[in-house]
Amino acid sequence: MIPAPFDYHAPQTLDEAIALLGRLGDTAKILAGGQSLIPAMRFRLALPDTLVDIGRIRDLAYVEERGDHLAIGAMTREHALEAAPVVAASYPLLLDTAKVIADPLVRNKATVGGNLAHADPANDHPATMLAYGAQIIARGAKGTRTIAIDDLFVGLFETSLAPGEILTEIRIPKPGKGSGGAYLKIERKVGDYAVAAVAVQLELAGGAIKHIRIGLTNVSSVPMRAKNAEAALTGKKPTDDVLDAAGKAGAAECDPSADLRGQVDYKRDMVRVLIKRAVRHAVHRAQGGKP
Amino acid sequence: MSQHEVSVTINGDKQTRTVEARTLLVHFIRENLGLTGTHIGCDTTSCGACTVSIDGEAVKSCTVFAVQADGATIETVEGLAAGGVLHPLQEGFWEKHGLQCGFCTPGMLISARALLARNPHPTESEIRHGISGNLCRCTGYNKIVEAIQYAAEKLGAAGKGA
Amino acid sequence: MATHLDDRTEHHSPKPEGSSANVPTSDDVRITTPAKVCGMGHRMKRKEDPRFIQGRGRYVDDVKLPGMVYMDIVRSPYAHAKILKIDASEALATPGVLAVITGEDLKKAGNLHWMPTLMSDTQMVLPIEKVVYYAQEVCVVIATERYIAADAIEKVQVDYEPLEAVVDPHDALTDRVIVRDDKPKKTNHIWHWEAGDKAATDAIFASAATVVEEKIYLPRIHVSSIETCGMVANYDKARSHMQIYMTSQAPHAHRTVFALVSGLPEHMIQIISPDIGGGFGGKVPVYPGYVCCAVASLVLGRPVKWIEDRSENLQADSFARDYHITAKLAADKHGKITGLQVYTLSDCGAADAAANPSKFPAGLYSICTGSYDMKAAHVIVDGVYTNKPPGGVAYRCSFRVTEAVHMIERMVDIMAHQLGEDPADFRLKNFIRPDQFPYKSPTGWEYDSGNYKAALDKAMTMLDYRALRKEQLEKRKKGQLMGIGISSFTEVVGAGPSKDYDILGIKMFDSAEIRIHPTGKAMARFGTKSQGQGHETTYAQIVAEELGLPASDIQVEEGDTDTAPYGLGTYASRSTPTAGAAGAMAARKIKAKAKKIAAHLLEVGEDDLEWNVDSFQVKGSPDRKKSIQEIAFAAYTNHPQGMEAGLEATDYYDPPNLTFPFGSYICVVDLDTGTGEIKIRRFVAVDDCGNIINPMIVEGQIEGGLTMGLAPAMYEEIVYDANGQNLTGTLADYLLPTAVESPKWELGKTITPSPHHPIGAKGVGESPTVGAPPAIANAIVDAMWHLGVRHIDIPITPQKVWRLLRKHGVTD
Repeated sequence: MIPAPFDYHAPQTLDEAIALLGRLGDTAKILAGGQSLIPAMRFRLALPDTLVDIGRIRDLAYVEERGDHLAIGAMTREHALEAAPVVAASYPLLLDTAKVIADPLVRNKATVGGNLAHADPANDHPATMLAYGAQIIARGAKGTRTIAIDDLFVGLFETSLAPGEILTEIRIPKPGKGSGGAYLKIERKVGDYAVAAVAVQLELAGGAIKHIRIGLTNVSSVPMRAKNAEAALTGKKPTDDVLDAAGKAGAAECDPSADLRGQVDYKRDMVRVLIKRAVRHAVHRAQGGKP
Repeated sequence: MSQHEVSVTINGDKQTRTVEARTLLVHFIRENLGLTGTHIGCDTTSCGACTVSIDGEAVKSCTVFAVQADGATIETVEGLAAGGVLHPLQEGFWEKHGLQCGFCTPGMLISARALLARNPHPTESEIRHGISGNLCRCTGYNKIVEAIQYAAEKLGAAGKGA
Repeated sequence: MATHLDDRTEHHSPKPEGSSANVPTSDDVRITTPAKVCGMGHRMKRKEDPRFIQGRGRYVDDVKLPGMVYMDIVRSPYAHAKILKIDASEALATPGVLAVITGEDLKKAGNLHWMPTLMSDTQMVLPIEKVVYYAQEVCVVIATERYIAADAIEKVQVDYEPLEAVVDPHDALTDRVIVRDDKPKKTNHIWHWEAGDKAATDAIFASAATVVEEKIYLPRIHVSSIETCGMVANYDKARSHMQIYMTSQAPHAHRTVFALVSGLPEHMIQIISPDIGGGFGGKVPVYPGYVCCAVASLVLGRPVKWIEDRSENLQADSFARDYHITAKLAADKHGKITGLQVYTLSDCGAADAAANPSKFPAGLYSICTGSYDMKAAHVIVDGVYTNKPPGGVAYRCSFRVTEAVHMIERMVDIMAHQLGEDPADFRLKNFIRPDQFPYKSPTGWEYDSGNYKAALDKAMTMLDYRALRKEQLEKRKKGQLMGIGISSFTEVVGAGPSKDYDILGIKMFDSAEIRIHPTGKAMARFGTKSQGQGHETTYAQIVAEELGLPASDIQVEEGDTDTAPYGLGTYASRSTPTAGAAGAMAARKIKAKAKKIAAHLLEVGEDDLEWNVDSFQVKGSPDRKKSIQEIAFAAYTNHPQGMEAGLEATDYYDPPNLTFPFGSYICVVDLDTGTGEIKIRRFVAVDDCGNIINPMIVEGQIEGGLTMGLAPAMYEEIVYDANGQNLTGTLADYLLPTAVESPKWELGKTITPSPHHPIGAKGVGESPTVGAPPAIANAIVDAMWHLGVRHIDIPITPQKVWRLLRKHGVTD
């Protein structure tokens, strides 16, 4: 399958990129890793007149702990998350997620920023960043601003990024003592999008769940948190009954579509089962358990 | 639409061609550079038959535009045998019958080399996950795993990297 | 082709004596030649590998000819629609576009818009009035560049009037919507086929102590070899010569078909099937794209390349399965199986284009009494048209044996479970015994050899079956679901004896031509065509075995119709049974001549000579000998007066019977009661393919086939919506297993040679694809039988398991 023709620019700086996007308007698309965009272009489902390749801009790929948060440059390739010692040490939810995105070859090219900016509810990072309560840094012609992750996803394939704005960095608050997280994904085969997946990040205190955020993958048209499930767990000890109730709440509040990956009732029940298992695993890690 | 000059160092040779922006890297390699060892097996980035190494990373070349690879160092299957000596992976695939029709093999070899470069002593599970981006219809994968294990041992014994 | 098949009853010509026999089973691979000769039994490294591992294979898309242009295809977005208008003006006005060819153009060129299928039906090359399947070829565009052709197909405007599509074959049977209104009889029913004895079977069922009945659906699947189909057609007007590079499993048969269809003289057509990236049956049919490509080259007088995309391949090319089966199995009060009744509806798509031998529209499906001794069987198959692509046997199936075996192995398992008997013991009780050979099945098959007990015993030992059953009971008490599934299949391959087997009238012999050069090196050419099965190595090993010439000194060639002797190609595991046999027979003709030359050189009578590995030596004086190399040299320099020079022979081999490889597979699964996910804990495969040429290559065939058995069992299915649109038209949704889904297969073997094959070998490539799916399905059902689950259609997905678990009150 061959893409339609297009014009191509590879700006060397962020300012150049922003200026280009401003000039070209909605006839242009950003090319980051290309692992979502190029397949869409090959089927002529995406038909941009111009691509602005931000792959040559220096200093957009990094994974660094900066005091109270982990800073991830938008052009960081998924594989870099798998390879970064700080991620393995302190961000197990993120490592879990990186390992199950697409396949190892795609992970050498696909970017964290791209995975989020595409706002595809089938992508894995949205749920994980929701669970982390991450922040997004975006830069446009009007300057730089911070967007809370809860405000980023506004519609199917739609973020709150303004036209001409580029997502440049993701900031994950460093989890405190007694924290644990996990990402569990059901896929039809390795490399597929999720049938359903659950991202959990929690903090224990005195044996009870002090804080918890739960993100869900591919069971709604907009990446979502399972807020009712969170409420069923907050302040409670993670007993079987509590987990059961949380699982049921999560299953009820999501909104999966029937497709080749499954019927609605099956997907809901997978959310129920995965919430229980992911919370158990996160608690296990919060208590110092490995892996 | 726009035409671009793309220069790459491919298997040690510097090559330059002028192509449309939309030219896929796999077509650039096969048609413009005449290296047909890299194959096309699908249109949804699913099969990995097109896997090449770009600046040391194994990548599906059907999902990269040639223009994105301007200035890059590319290695394809044709470059694996240094100075006419088969790479231990090529040896392993031959010894262990890790190929039948040969169509997925170039992509498998490049993927396997990247896997061993990152993880010189992979477990069987790590090997299977490491090549999960490459589909094979002929072998059932067992002998591909054995071929990679053969190469890992050989490279390990020689104290070499992949 | 005036009439197509109507009602047929299966008939098997009697087989010569010795075609079926009680042959002893052994465990050891026979090796009689030293390593330097590398005859049968050696794990010879493949001779074809060096080019593949260095990226120097030559596949059709690697072929570049001067002046070559590119073809792309406009395809129908509807499963059934009238074509009102095709407007190619914008495409033709695009720089670089050379031509657009439509059905009307093909009609004017000599009624080329229709072509015969391999089952003597007809199929549109390009449509004029209407399209009959989603993704059907509507017209083709030829341009100077691949990318321009891709742009140009978007510019062709086709106006359609959609018609109701008939997608369900049961609906097709009602003739409510007619698919083929080009036919004189306005019906979707194509043929009715019967095998076995209805009266005898009815009587068995009337008095049976136990009858189990089940509906089994095997959905459409697609073989999806990693290389898609394609062609470079090169018509040289100055020489009136058509040279074609083609992804073909049967180049000679394709050449003959092209000659008949196009009117081009056959001796002026050359088909070269170069390196092929997997076939599995998908590269046997003649697709419309091939014909259009050849016509385009004929018209333009320059090379035209057509390489299909994966989505085109998945959506339009030949499928496999799509059998709706209702089966009944009868047993007496001792649990001995007595009879089988099978009714099947075959969804053929929009043309009867399966690549079966012509007298067998349901392929070799009547092998379905399997490894079991029973008194009577009756098999009925009805073929119908639907608005889907044509095809039927393109997925490593031995001509419908996958369907037959899936059915009988499921039914045997259901009956065993229903009677409360262990499925292994039930099989052992009901197997055909070695002392029953020569054996003729109730549907007329004369099995050449088999020892089903030995294979199952071995499989059971390999994984300590009894211990697993104990474990299963223990786990069940704790609510843990573990399942064990067995498949003890009998395969039938090697089509076939000329009395019964032909494709479009061409008998299904195969051929070998061997020529030894003065310096003792040999060329061996065959009528088959490997797509990865290793013929360059295995055929060399056969000839090495016979003549003592080192296999490394024998260059094997296939695929060029100008040089290779006529053959019917490689599919349905027929190569070793037919062309392999031809190779042995041709070698023996050479050996007979070599003996005469040796006698001449040694100045003795032929009766004074005996053969020893690679030489004729004088009986009693072994130091007086001549090696095959010395004999070869003498054939050109010192041959007896009156004898023709040279040392070569050709053999066209007409097999006296098919061969019947068999095996027993055991699969162990654990189910996740929360998610329905199925984990294959172990899979043991014991295969018997008779004498083994190269054990490493046989292992590769089995492991590859097992993964292609796993795939339909758990992952693959072509899904159509109610309008006949293909919903699984890319590899994003048509799920091929990766190295993670594919388990670590464990292999074992028994060796029960074929009594009629010159080297005692049978085919093997498809046994695993045939045997594996029911082993997996049986395991999963076994895990849930105690809950009330009797049968699940494949692919068995976690969702299907989940639904059954919840229905039967099992949750996490």
